[in-house]
Amino acid sequence: MFRTALRNVLAHKARLLMTVLAVMLGVAFVSGTLVFTSTLSEAQQRSSEKGFTGVDVAVQPHRADRDSGTPGPAPRLRQDLLDKAAALPGVASATGSVGGFAAVADKKGELAGSGFTSAGANYYPGKDGKDARYPLVSGRAPQRAGEFALDEHTAAKTGYKVGDTVRVSVRGPVLEQKLTGVFTTDDGNVAAGGSLALFDTRTAQKLYAKPGQFDEITLKAAPGTSQTALKSAVEKILPRDTEAVTGQKLADDQARLISEGNSGMRTILLVFAGISLFVGIFIIANTFTMLVAQRTKELALLRAIGASRRQVTRSVLVEAFLVGLVAAVTGLVAGIGIGAGLRSLVSSMGGAVPDGPLVVPVSAVISSLAVGILVTMLAAWLPARRAAKIPPVAAMNSVHAVATPKSLVVRNTIGALLAAAGAGIAMAATDESGLGLGAGLLVIGVFVLTPLLSRPLIAAAGPVLRPFGMSGKLARQNAVRNPRRTAATASALMIGLTLITGLTVIAGSVQKAIDKMATDSIKADFVVVNASMTPLSPEVAKKLAKDPSVTASSPLRQGEARIGSGTEFLTGVNGGAIGDLVDLDFTAGSIAGLTGNKVVVDADTAKQHGWRAGSSFTATYEDGKKGKLTVSGVYKGNDMLKGIMVDNATLTPHLTDYSDQQVMVKTTSGDGDKAKDTLRKALGNNPALQIQSKQDISNEIAKVINLLLNMLYGLLAMAVIVAVLGVVNTLAMSVFERQQEIGMLRAIGLDRRGIKRMVRLESLIISLFGGVLGIGLGVFFGWAAGSQIGEKMATYELVLPWGRLGVFLLLAAAVGTLAALWPARRAARMNMLSAIKAD
Amino acid sequence: MTTSPYGAPTAVRTAAPAAVATDLTKVYGQGETQVVALDSVSVEFRRAEFTAIMGPSGSGKSTLMHCMAGLDSVSGGSARIGDVELTALNDKKLTQLRRDKIGFIFQAFNLLPTLNALENITLPMDIAGRKPDRQWLDQVVETVGLSGRLKHRPNQLSGGQQQRVAVARALAGRPEIMFADEPTGNLDSRSGAEVLGFLRNSVRELGQTVVMVTHDPVAASYAGRVIFLADGRIVDEMYEPTADAVLDRMKAFDAKGRTS
Repeated sequence: MFRTALRNVLAHKARLLMTVLAVMLGVAFVSGTLVFTSTLSEAQQRSSEKGFTGVDVAVQPHRADRDSGTPGPAPRLRQDLLDKAAALPGVASATGSVGGFAAVADKKGELAGSGFTSAGANYYPGKDGKDARYPLVSGRAPQRAGEFALDEHTAAKTGYKVGDTVRVSVRGPVLEQKLTGVFTTDDGNVAAGGSLALFDTRTAQKLYAKPGQFDEITLKAAPGTSQTALKSAVEKILPRDTEAVTGQKLADDQARLISEGNSGMRTILLVFAGISLFVGIFIIANTFTMLVAQRTKELALLRAIGASRRQVTRSVLVEAFLVGLVAAVTGLVAGIGIGAGLRSLVSSMGGAVPDGPLVVPVSAVISSLAVGILVTMLAAWLPARRAAKIPPVAAMNSVHAVATPKSLVVRNTIGALLAAAGAGIAMAATDESGLGLGAGLLVIGVFVLTPLLSRPLIAAAGPVLRPFGMSGKLARQNAVRNPRRTAATASALMIGLTLITGLTVIAGSVQKAIDKMATDSIKADFVVVNASMTPLSPEVAKKLAKDPSVTASSPLRQGEARIGSGTEFLTGVNGGAIGDLVDLDFTAGSIAGLTGNKVVVDADTAKQHGWRAGSSFTATYEDGKKGKLTVSGVYKGNDMLKGIMVDNATLTPHLTDYSDQQVMVKTTSGDGDKAKDTLRKALGNNPALQIQSKQDISNEIAKVINLLLNMLYGLLAMAVIVAVLGVVNTLAMSVFERQQEIGMLRAIGLDRRGIKRMVRLESLIISLFGGVLGIGLGVFFGWAAGSQIGEKMATYELVLPWGRLGVFLLLAAAVGTLAALWPARRAARMNMLSAIKAD
Repeated sequence: MTTSPYGAPTAVRTAAPAAVATDLTKVYGQGETQVVALDSVSVEFRRAEFTAIMGPSGSGKSTLMHCMAGLDSVSGGSARIGDVELTALNDKKLTQLRRDKIGFIFQAFNLLPTLNALENITLPMDIAGRKPDRQWLDQVVETVGLSGRLKHRPNQLSGGQQQRVAVARALAGRPEIMFADEPTGNLDSRSGAEVLGFLRNSVRELGQTVVMVTHDPVAASYAGRVIFLADGRIVDEMYEPTADAVLDRMKAFDAKGRTS
């Protein structure tokens, strides 16, 4: 039987091509994902390990119990601890480091790199005068204020050379620093494409902490001292709120973080690969069903000459195995290529891919082969069983054995029940798992129902097809001729479009909601924030307040206080100005009352503490002093503005080391570019600061959401491509089956164009059928998921992106047109004489 | 004997023939594998005449029909339907000619399973976008005895009924000429006789012209004239044939085939 199967595969090479391609794409996706993520993990692991080679023990500030101590930031490590640690037996060297955000302006004055990855730190020379972490490539280390060193990558990108004067911004005003050296580093942030500026330790301490303070102390063990021994030795001299960690543990933690991050990415990619494979299942099942139908006589002959049912089933499954094997092997090879290509693509787009060899894990090879073969055999299983049911007598029938279509009643009943249950659960769902269950049931229900739905939906297309005359009529009838086949083909496309539409609806609605949240409560013309989203120096607020073009400004200052038994965040605002800058919805009192000891609180916080307008409470500030505050108003909070708002005049004196989250500004000339320029100048053209109007904020949100959406589109594109293959496959097979008919139509006078049009229209009908179902389901899911999101986001409302939905329908039409190209041509070229010959 | 100098004995025809082949040649393949299917065949098919083309398999009878019907290309000579030279037409014009001037009946019925009987009958006119001639259509349907079954799908009809639908389809467009390729090949003898009777009636009563390829002497006996092909040439002709006479003539081929 194996030989029969092999011969069959070889005989139907062309007809199996689309199936092989479909499986191949899915497998390539899987293996590409595995190869890419493994390569990435290995490279990152390697680069992070290098970063910890000089660290045997690290001493870090540690706050065991937040609520017990005084509010405020964790204390830093002091110079005397460093000195003590360096003097411990078994310590070869001790390094103190301090760092934070440092924006480097490029030659145009813009921020070099992105805000999140612009870092600054100290150069800590060891006994030999060098810092082993940062080997210099050119120049010398920074030694005094006004000097700095830059990482090689950023230096190359910006074109700065040793001796250049560069504008650098940390927290305060822009600093004009002289570039004294360029260095290389294994720092993960730099490997990921960020910038790193190094200052001498004293300068760095001044910028990031206080003189004599460090964020971290790292120790290198003397030969013969183990990390754990060193750790126990250090622990004896540690003050409270600090801890010692071995280098091994740091490296392990880092490795775990990396692999967790990558496994998240791998999971997401594999989910999309799974979707492509799932779509592929429909195509495989369709192909084998058609092959079995076409070979009815052959299979019956096998049965007639003594093959058992089981042998017939097995022969079809062996065929599927061979197809799966070929597809899996080619898919694996393609996947390795994709993995390699993806790495260079990501790094060419500025992504973070450290160098390293291409890693093809054995697991990727095994799972790709297994997935390809199993999926194919699984999908071919039903057709194989059907093949076994062909009675031997079918071999004797001279007439083309027409498969009697089994009743769809049972199928329709099951489908209707599943769809109804799914829709019900999805609508009644109160959490994600309920929604997921409902969505899953509904999709399966609709799959099961597609044959039933195909008739009325395609019949509805009748009037549109009338202008195409007989070709249109025949196309419509051909499309519903085999509802199961049409359904399977359309379903393949439906899956992709359901997901694309659903995500688009959700993304559009979420974008609108975030946008509303971010901008609705803002009356200010501009909001000034740090590019890295780290806190701003209080200098910014001061400078802005002094600028003549500013009519009102207020920082949002971060503070903490113990109230009752817990710690609450306080937001310090300028009581006099805030009313002009924010637009909050007050349920009691108003923002005008925000002055002195009077504060406003959001409804949630008020409810939690049982406060009402007029309630008073005692707050213990960071400096340990107590104050009595009175609630003068209760407002509806949102994700941007919430909590207890206090007048800065009251709050600031209690803060030891404060910074602002953002500064809101209202200007004399509104929110135009000119006003923005004025503010930029007033802030000393600081590359670290972003001055955003409401429009800028909206644009930024839209950009982020669109980027995300485009990535998802890209990932789902594979599923759509597989669906196109499915339509091509179905049409090609149908054309092959209808050779005789097509020959007759040609003989009695339908010209080549008419034949082509007939096939194209059939393709279009099937694709649009899938498209309409997919878009419909997608909108439903968007709506159902939205009602979940709506509970967490007050500003959420369903936004139906009609334009995009139209584009998706056009996409379905394009799929249909594209898929029909080859089958239509084949049909038109078919030899009329051999086609009409009786078999 | 290639063409007959005589008119058909049933009626005197003065009009031009429905179809004419002059030195029609058809060659398949090239070089050593070259096969001459038609070797300079000249023949006329007169209007309102029922002609059967007979010959052993490989004699070129189907090829002659395919070439005359514009289904296959010609290697040399000329093939005309009415006064239209087929060899001068491109595919599109040829398709139109088949649609408007020629009716076809195939051995395997070749009906569209998705259309009902009536829709199958009017299919060529629907393709052309023409309205069928109602009265003529009724007459045709009446003649082939399908009045009660027009709404049935092909798979709800017997083989004989299906072939009658095919006959009606060929007739419905009032073609200049009808070509039938082994029309009874897939039918039992009773259904076959019915179909052949309709073909004969369509000639006698409706004035149609029919050319039928067959290897069945009984089928040929329904025709008014039989031409015999062998090795791509017309070798004989017979008017008002009987089944026995045709059978005898065919046996001669067999004998020749065996002795040569």
